[in-house]
Amino acid sequence: MSALLAAAGSLEPAARSYLSPTGQEIVFLLVGALVLGAAVVSVTTRRLVHAALWLVVALGGLAVEFLLLTAEFVAWVQVLVYLGSVVVLVLFGLMLTRAPIGSSPDADSGNRPAALAVGVASAATLVTLVVDAFRSSWIDLSGPVGTTRLTGEFLFSHWVLPFEALSVLLLAALVGAIVLSRTKGDRTKPRPGNLRTALTKTKER
Amino acid sequence: MNLLDTLLRCVGTLVAFLVLPLVVGQAEHKVMAHMQGRLGPMYAGGFHGWAQLVADGVKFVQKEDVVPAGADRRIFRLAPAVALLPYLLVLLVIPIGPNGLVGQAVDAGIFFVLAVMGIGVLGSLMGGWASANKFSLLGALRTAAQLMSYELPMLLAAASVAMAAGTVSLPGIVDAFHWWWVPWQLIGAFVFFTAGLAELQRPPFDMPVADSEIIFGAYTEYTGLRFALFLLSEYAGIVVLCGLTTVLFLGGWHGPFSDGLGVVWTLAKTFALAFVVLWLRVTYPRLREDQLMRFAWTVLIPLALAQLALTGIVKVAIS
Repeated sequence: MSALLAAAGSLEPAARSYLSPTGQEIVFLLVGALVLGAAVVSVTTRRLVHAALWLVVALGGLAVEFLLLTAEFVAWVQVLVYLGSVVVLVLFGLMLTRAPIGSSPDADSGNRPAALAVGVASAATLVTLVVDAFRSSWIDLSGPVGTTRLTGEFLFSHWVLPFEALSVLLLAALVGAIVLSRTKGDRTKPRPGNLRTALTKTKER
Repeated sequence: MNLLDTLLRCVGTLVAFLVLPLVVGQAEHKVMAHMQGRLGPMYAGGFHGWAQLVADGVKFVQKEDVVPAGADRRIFRLAPAVALLPYLLVLLVIPIGPNGLVGQAVDAGIFFVLAVMGIGVLGSLMGGWASANKFSLLGALRTAAQLMSYELPMLLAAASVAMAAGTVSLPGIVDAFHWWWVPWQLIGAFVFFTAGLAELQRPPFDMPVADSEIIFGAYTEYTGLRFALFLLSEYAGIVVLCGLTTVLFLGGWHGPFSDGLGVVWTLAKTFALAFVVLWLRVTYPRLREDQLMRFAWTVLIPLALAQLALTGIVKVAIS
């Protein structure tokens, strides 16, 4: 990040103007509006599966934003992890439990105002943070800024410790999930034969 | 000039996307007809049943496009496009010849390919849910479960090749290829190809569309052209998977006289693999859903991890 800022410092902020945006900046703003709209629809719609699919649009739009900032590797990871796995997992969970076609009236809870307050507060914090951190610095995107090689070099020369800490955190989550899903005592393995005998037993009863 | 070049590449990819899956479809008819002694596909059109695919196409166009009354219409109609388009995007970045003969060179090619291929499953999920049919929903659930189990070994196997080549760009990987990579990455190739078959729901991993259990899975309610689009996406998936395996594990355009015949080598290897895919379909019975999951988690993932370790050791030893 420091190298990125150094690259940004060489550019004169005064030379740039908000009044004459480049085509890239216009597309960035348009896609940003699309992402925001999709996200709002995603949390307000009463159709559960539609909400998950609007989430696909929002997350895909974010990947496009990364691409526009030339961070190609991050964009593809976003698609791979969020679109390909997280949303599929969400849809899987929805369909496995309840996913009626049409609106589900119980999709709303009384926590709406609280959720709105938390959402607005965190958004305000993040926006303030980012605006305050970067102010009017510009990053020149014409060179190789976000290629895989550069991203990897940054990650493994400046950010090794956070990276490793995160991987330990994920490992802990994984082990925790296994521990939680293990049932106590010796439960017999669910085999087809056992299932059948269990069924006949219920019938006999 | 630059715009024209880009346009030509896109048109070339589109033509390949429209032609190659149909070639695979025709080959499937012929291969199955010969291996199983099926008479139907050998009859239409006279010589060797060449017109069978054309007849199939005409049949699909003629059929009425039915949307079930209880279905979520918009999502039901959108699903085939979501299933098909990712393969078109993937085909754009697969290099078929030396000296930049690729639709569009992407810096992080492997990631792009694996990421976008995963999106195609959303099409099956959407179609299965929107059909308002319990068999469709079961098929969609099986599809999703299968994808989540098999994406991990596929990624690990691809990561092994990227480690060996020291790059994640697809042309870069083929450039770095040597003949002894084939035995070195053999386990990875097996894992990648098998996991790819499972992701495409091809036999013996076709539980999501198991016709004897759940009719035709997520595609049960589809008719006519939309159903044909789903079938086409399966064939496009075969082309993409075989092309990727060729590029990653079999050296792409490398071979004798590769300067002039590079494209021929890529296509020949791709179609040889496609033949194996069809061959497997007529040879092996379908696995059961739980057998499939056990196979992924207890066989493929350990194998992929072993391949990753082997790649690392050899890489350190030779550098």
